Amino acid sequence: MSAGTYTPRPGAAPLPRMIAAQTALETRMLLRNGEQLLLTVIIPTLLLVLFSAVDIVDTGAGESVDFLAPGILALAVMSTAFTGQAIATGFERRYGVLKRLGASPLPRWALMTAKTLSVLVTEVLQIVLLTAIAFALGWSPEGSPLSVLLLLVLGTAAFSGLGLLMAGTLKAEATLAAANLVFLLLLVGGGVIVPLDKFPDAVQSMLGLLPVSALSEGLRDVLQHGASMPWAQAGILAVWAVLGLGAAAKFFRWE
Amino acid sequence: MENEPVVQVTGLVKRYGAKTAVNGLDLVVAAGAVTAVLGPNGAGKTTTIETCEGYRRPDAGTVRVLGLDPVADAERLRPRVGVMLQSGGVYSGARADEMLRHMAKLHAHPLDVDALIERLGLGDCGRTTYRRLSGGQQQRLSLALAVVGRPELVFLDEPTAGLDPQARRSTWDLVRELRADGVSVVLTTHFMDEAEALADDVAIIDAGRVIAQGTPEELCRGGAENTLRFTGRPGLDLGSLLKALPDGCGAAEPLPGTYRITGNVDPQLLATVTSWCAQHGVMPEGISVERHTLEDVFLELTGKQLTGKELRA
Repeated sequence: MSAGTYTPRPGAAPLPRMIAAQTALETRMLLRNGEQLLLTVIIPTLLLVLFSAVDIVDTGAGESVDFLAPGILALAVMSTAFTGQAIATGFERRYGVLKRLGASPLPRWALMTAKTLSVLVTEVLQIVLLTAIAFALGWSPEGSPLSVLLLLVLGTAAFSGLGLLMAGTLKAEATLAAANLVFLLLLVGGGVIVPLDKFPDAVQSMLGLLPVSALSEGLRDVLQHGASMPWAQAGILAVWAVLGLGAAAKFFRWE
Repeated sequence: MENEPVVQVTGLVKRYGAKTAVNGLDLVVAAGAVTAVLGPNGAGKTTTIETCEGYRRPDAGTVRVLGLDPVADAERLRPRVGVMLQSGGVYSGARADEMLRHMAKLHAHPLDVDALIERLGLGDCGRTTYRRLSGGQQQRLSLALAVVGRPELVFLDEPTAGLDPQARRSTWDLVRELRADGVSVVLTTHFMDEAEALADDVAIIDAGRVIAQGTPEELCRGGAENTLRFTGRPGLDLGSLLKALPDGCGAAEPLPGTYRITGNVDPQLLATVTSWCAQHGVMPEGISVERHTLEDVFLELTGKQLTGKELRA
């Protein structure tokens, strides 16, 4: 490199370009990570196929895929917005990535915007894949796509808040363990593959307040039963979103 | 504007709980120069640099970087300043060129990424992800990330820690090229040879304060004198030798047959000593001149050693 190569010419790139670049990088990192793919793609796909094909759990009247598909979509949202984002962000914090980006021209809010966009891009890919598989298994969804979209967005906000809260406050290893444990517990107890009415009455009403139950039950009301808009579940998700994002904004530590 | 300092730290205090990491530190960094912040581990180097980078909020005192407050004016300052962290800072699953291209995209007029990869010998990283790069490759990538946005000022925290001698030279060369092109460089180091070789200005820091600042020559000139040693027949007449030497010199025989001359050791002094020996039929053997180094300065100022190296006799 010749003389004058390093002559200062500082300047930030335009914000849309920075956010687009950051979103692309975050998404690539996510799709390249084997453990993340296991959580976000392989587990939901396997559960959908396995539980639709084999009557392991009594899913009530009708095709079992009609019960399962909404639950698996809720699981997909949780796996990306909560589990995947918590683990990835926790390790980015641990390895100084968030710190280093904090010294770059990219503002912090733009970094968080890019993370959100990356989560949404991943969710679109998941939903396309899982929907295609569900159709192949004989799924016949009902209801309004707009209601579904609103529930998915609220669910994403709720899970993102909780995931970022965990990533920004706990050690990376603790986040890794806790996020996986929560994923497993909510998979079983959150109405994803096991109907909530299989649980005792007293437990049922508690479980119904979990974000994943609200999302899976809400999606099921629309997609399986053709309800217009399950406001109770939407409300539960909104409360989780406000609490989670609020706490994350307050307690998140960048280093 | 040209002569405005790029960094001005006044009375900086930074505590972590009960521990005071920086204790009333003053530092002025000139534009267009390489400034080394030299000190042992735990002296407060990184805390000082990270306060300048906007990562830490001072408990007391003021910090101005390019005339701006690193915390309050962070958004305006960040595009103008390049940062090399002591470690980490890259996605563990990212490839070297991928991360560098990404950092380039965050800037308006970045360097040519391919040329920079070539320049820093990062071409052979290929498709290897960051977590599998060698320590030296990670260091060089981190340096590349600091300069790719064409900043006016770069902060390099221990830029050559863990590098092999060749990579170390290459990093030094890059720092010199940056200075030649008008970039101001602030680097921390606990290698005195690095400070001596690279820096226009050295700030020696210990226990959270700057205890001396100046060019390497200025710092080495003050304080203790240089030393000339030789061996010869035991019991030479030191009085006669002293008479031959200029005023202010000292002569001693710490061990029989081992002689030590202290003073301003220049070619003239060396000639005087050897001609005195010739007159007295003495063959001086093992003549050695010990130049006063930054390490000696540090030892005198603090009573501590800078590195884990053995003290010379």
